[in-house]
Amino acid sequence: MSGFVSKIADDIENDGAAVTQYLEYEPPEVNMTELLRYSGFPLIRAKAIADGTDDAPDVLETAEKAAKLVEGKLSFKVGYKIVTVKRDEEGFLILPFQQHSEKLKMNMKDCGKAVLFAATIGSGIDMFIRRYERTDTKMALYMQACGAERAEALCNKFNSDVKEAARLSGYKAHPRYSPGFGDLPITVQKEFLSLLDAGRRMGITLGESFLMAPSKSVTAIIGLERL
Amino acid sequence: MDIREYMKDHFVILDGGMGTLLQEAGLQPGELPERWNVTHPEEIVRIQKNYFDAGSNVVLSNTFGANGLKFDDDELKTLITAAIENAKKAREESISDHEKFIALDIGPLGKLLKPYGDYEFEDAVAMYAKTVRYGVEAGAELIFIETMNDSYDTKAALLAAKENSNLPVFVSNAYGSDGKLMTGASPASMVAMLEGMHADAIGANCSLGPDQLIGVIEEYLEYSSVPVLLKPNAGLPRAENGKTVFDVTPEEFADSIEKLMKKGLRIIGGCCGTTPGHIKAVCDKAAEMEPVPVTEKEFSLISSYTHAVEFGKAPILIGERINPTGKKRFKQALRENDIDYILGEGLKQQDAGVQVLDVNVGLPEINEPEMLVNVVKELQAVSDLPLQLDTTDTAAMEAGLRAYNGKAMVNSVNGKDEVMDAVFPLVAKYGGFVVALTLDEDGIPATAEKRVQIAEKIIKRAAEFGIAKKDLIFDPLAMTISADTTAALATMKAVHMIRHGLEVNTSLGVSNVSFGLPVRNIITSTFFALCLEEGLSAAIMNPYSTEMMNVYYAFKALHDMDENCMDYISYTEKLPEMVPAGSQAASGSAAGGASSASQPAQNESSVSELQNAIVRGLKEKTGNLTKELLKENKPIEIIQNEVIPALNIVGEQFEKKKVYLPQLLMAADAAKAAFEEVKLIMAESDDGGAPTRSPFVIATVHGDIHDIGKNIVKLILENYGFAVSDLGKDVPEQDIVDEAIRVHAPVVGLSALMTTTVPAMENTIKLLREQAPWVKVCVGGAVLTQEYADSIGADRYCRDAMETVRYAEELEAAMNSENG
Repeated sequence: MSGFVSKIADDIENDGAAVTQYLEYEPPEVNMTELLRYSGFPLIRAKAIADGTDDAPDVLETAEKAAKLVEGKLSFKVGYKIVTVKRDEEGFLILPFQQHSEKLKMNMKDCGKAVLFAATIGSGIDMFIRRYERTDTKMALYMQACGAERAEALCNKFNSDVKEAARLSGYKAHPRYSPGFGDLPITVQKEFLSLLDAGRRMGITLGESFLMAPSKSVTAIIGLERL
Repeated sequence: MDIREYMKDHFVILDGGMGTLLQEAGLQPGELPERWNVTHPEEIVRIQKNYFDAGSNVVLSNTFGANGLKFDDDELKTLITAAIENAKKAREESISDHEKFIALDIGPLGKLLKPYGDYEFEDAVAMYAKTVRYGVEAGAELIFIETMNDSYDTKAALLAAKENSNLPVFVSNAYGSDGKLMTGASPASMVAMLEGMHADAIGANCSLGPDQLIGVIEEYLEYSSVPVLLKPNAGLPRAENGKTVFDVTPEEFADSIEKLMKKGLRIIGGCCGTTPGHIKAVCDKAAEMEPVPVTEKEFSLISSYTHAVEFGKAPILIGERINPTGKKRFKQALRENDIDYILGEGLKQQDAGVQVLDVNVGLPEINEPEMLVNVVKELQAVSDLPLQLDTTDTAAMEAGLRAYNGKAMVNSVNGKDEVMDAVFPLVAKYGGFVVALTLDEDGIPATAEKRVQIAEKIIKRAAEFGIAKKDLIFDPLAMTISADTTAALATMKAVHMIRHGLEVNTSLGVSNVSFGLPVRNIITSTFFALCLEEGLSAAIMNPYSTEMMNVYYAFKALHDMDENCMDYISYTEKLPEMVPAGSQAASGSAAGGASSASQPAQNESSVSELQNAIVRGLKEKTGNLTKELLKENKPIEIIQNEVIPALNIVGEQFEKKKVYLPQLLMAADAAKAAFEEVKLIMAESDDGGAPTRSPFVIATVHGDIHDIGKNIVKLILENYGFAVSDLGKDVPEQDIVDEAIRVHAPVVGLSALMTTTVPAMENTIKLLREQAPWVKVCVGGAVLTQEYADSIGADRYCRDAMETVRYAEELEAAMNSENG
């Protein structure tokens, strides 16, 4: 069984297990098409360049160099907590932080539980981005793309573990939903992160304007619907 | 009794977990535990009394999160005072009769400092200072800084403790499972920094159980000359029936700790999940053991925020290129505050293989303290190499040492009393590894023996300031043999005597030896080899010199300092790339010519070779071709007839979506290489700066730290010849206005990536309208649209870099037609 499926399944079944758990993943495989997409190419071009059927000079080489440079310099951490979902009289979710998001309400329709998680690839990537921001803008762009791809890959890995764990426990996982999307304000980050003790345990902190540091960090909610 | 006395010949037992016990007592999630000092003092006293009864020598006040970010000053003072009172009460009520101390507990502020986050180092120092002052007033007997996961934050807290109290300070960091702090520091690098700043005990706490922290503690024990502490969790937390449980029992906990006590661990407690039971079990072990003595370690270490560099084993290369002496281009960069150029020099040297960067930014007409701090911070944001701060300005030295993240190398002191009295106190305060020149009031002695005498005097003097011999490195001064052919012999002899007689490290600026001679590299590199053989520990040198690097790698291989000759082999594999620039230029342009002949031209046959190189983003070739062209053409002609047309071709292709952002940037990069060649020529000819168009002020607004989009726009604007003032990211509103006024910019570009920072953009525009009404404002960034731009009063929304260029050109044309 891949990743942490059985561990997560245990936590889903362990009713009301509102204890934050911390996982460390192996580096997921790099998806070059995604990396190129994040650096500004449309999907079709990105795919062609990644396949080698479009020989834009130096593009693939530079993107690969960026991926290679950060290899081994990142960590892949996830902190999560499984909570039982309650709703107020208007049907808004009662979460450990206040919000009145219609979209989240819709996204979490029929969900009795939710996985709240934060994921980060650590501050190593920010060092690379900063380094090239000052000296090589093109490389900075690829580094940025690389970080986005790595963070997304980590979220996807965790998300697929949650999906599988949910299935084993008789649940269906809804698509993940992040603070800052739609009408769920980014300001909930503060309580979201403190709920997961993400500062102390994962090194994720919040800046003045609710930006997370390290920058390649993600928080999200995954609704679990009983089947 | 002072705990420093007590711990000389006793184990010190700390307390255990607080958070989990408070939760059991009814602390609700989200409730701030520090408030319980006032609302539930009896619970705090009960828990702390239990720890004293179980055998704790030190109880930490319940002030982990008591800082000025969470509480206003009045409440902060009340909570800290109450917390210390509670701990004292617990001590009075305790039934056991061993030595007991009350520590002011300080946890991290929960803000990541710049450059990782957005919080200023000095703000952090000020914030910690408040907590320290209230704790001292309330009667704390020591300060315990704990769970720090960033080295810079740790330095801020320790500095605040030292500057606002005379209490002993213990410092404990939280390591991840990779054995590093969250922002990358290794245990050895923390030992170097914390010892340098005179922490009284250092070590690790939280995050993991005792067994997972064995490696970390062993590294502390290897390097540390002060007592080492450990306060681990009771293993990893697990959910059980909705409650957090920790798996390690008191007996298992004590067994694991015992192994480390046998290796030299002196100060022990527990963190999350540990209870008085765990502490009792550890006390029982301690009662049956003799503590291993703490010994003085003889490592000469400096550190960056990630790793330590040790002197005295394999020779250390210190890159000398960040220095304006004799470098017109570098002076120009300093005058124009062109930090990027300086960073480029640093990173190039890192790539060339140096382990330390010398940083000298002294120029009479600039504010050196400010510049040094700026360069130190900027360099540390992009490079993990330790730095050598090279200045004769004491104010700059202090400012640089204070801002430095780690333990820096200090260049330099000498035998003059006045200089030692100025520099040694700084090193004593901030830590440092000091280069000491063997000269004094009478100048540089001719003989090796006299230089050694000065070295002895310096060692003695340093000791009076508490600076150990291991933190000195002597430079016995290389002088040119063109003036005195015995000069090199005296230097080599001095290196030998200092290294082997005084047993201290040595360093040299080796290149002086060949001054005034032809083909200096031959003499310099041979001298370098001879000095290494005499025991030279480090050299300040030019890493772009192949001859010098040859000597370095060969010496290491020949001296059994290079396992399986791997460094040497990988060095030789890179050698062809290091062929001197002149010969490469010739072969480069020849090869380039051939390849471009076989390639169809991008547009029409009118596209020149240089234009083609830029369009295709061939950086090196562009540089070489420009160099060739500059021999016969004026810089301005090359820019107007070659570079700008090429950029226009790419710009149009980008607008038509034939090429994409990465390719646009590659072309911009290539164009930059052409500009760099032009700048070199201009710096040589002294006719003042590159030709530029109108000014353009650009910034990412206050609160926003996204830089790339803005940098892309800046790069393209610069390519088009605009005089861009880049204020960076997270820029206060007024700074942007001030700069617009200073350069009288017709246009300001603002970038924001987040909806939360658009208000800052709006405020900036308002201020600009009031104070610089002539300025047009264009805005860009992920969240912006034309509508949004209109609503905050911007003049134009620019979707991308090319649109910004077009807008700036438009404004310039309008201005010119007005004037003309």
